Amino acid sequence: MSMFSIFNVSGSAISSQSQRLNVVASNLANADAVAGPDGQGYKGRQVVFETVPMGSDASSGVKVSAIRESNEPMKRVHNPSHPSADADGYVLQSNVNPVEEMVNMISASRSYQNNVEVMNTAKTLMLKTLQMGQ
Amino acid sequence: MFANLTQALDFQGKALVLRSERQRVIASNIANADTPGYAGRDINFKEAMNAAEESAALAPTPARGATSEGTTHPNHIPLQSTMDKAGGPKLNYTIQTQPAMDGNSVDLDRERANFVDNSVRYEATLRFINGSSKTLLSAIQGQ
Repeated sequence: MSMFSIFNVSGSAISSQSQRLNVVASNLANADAVAGPDGQGYKGRQVVFETVPMGSDASSGVKVSAIRESNEPMKRVHNPSHPSADADGYVLQSNVNPVEEMVNMISASRSYQNNVEVMNTAKTLMLKTLQMGQ
Repeated sequence: MFANLTQALDFQGKALVLRSERQRVIASNIANADTPGYAGRDINFKEAMNAAEESAALAPTPARGATSEGTTHPNHIPLQSTMDKAGGPKLNYTIQTQPAMDGNSVDLDRERANFVDNSVRYEATLRFINGSSKTLLSAIQGQ
């Protein structure tokens, strides 16, 4: 039954999008984190999506192939009273841009909703197909 | 005689299979709306339906000595088939409406519209099948 693979395809998309939401959540949570004693602050992360063939040519799902760390420079904030400030009074903060992350979050949740809707429609159609001829 | 009875059902059955196939393709497009480099696919329903009809018309009476491509001589050039090797409908690529930096050609709004359109047509086909089977049943029972 070919329509069953819709659940695999949309399911893979939903799990990838929820992984993306997770990454966004951890980026946002660490947006204001300062570098620890080792001088390594939190680096923003981004998921990388990749197409995976599922069964036939017609259906292709999604998977998260990698989670990459952003290479943008850390934010340097002048705050001499901060306990982890360096000799010049600067504190290194994470390189996460909260506005970008919010946009990313909205995009991920919209895609998630779309895929849930696809699954619901497929389910309704299949249930109606089961009742064929009655 | 019985072949005539089920002819309408056969036609609608083929349409239903193609509709479910297209539903699957559009679901893949929506799933890959954020994947870089993904090229959207679609089925031309009219072409696929014609191909399904033709293959059904050819299948019961293959010409003597004909190969699977419909040629009768090894040097014949086979006709371009609208069905792919696996027997499924031919998949085309969708036209990109808004070029994206990541090379993704899926237009989510269009795909959603296609998805809804296809599911309504799928349901319509189902109702046609239910209608003809009810007609047949009532004709058989004679009530």
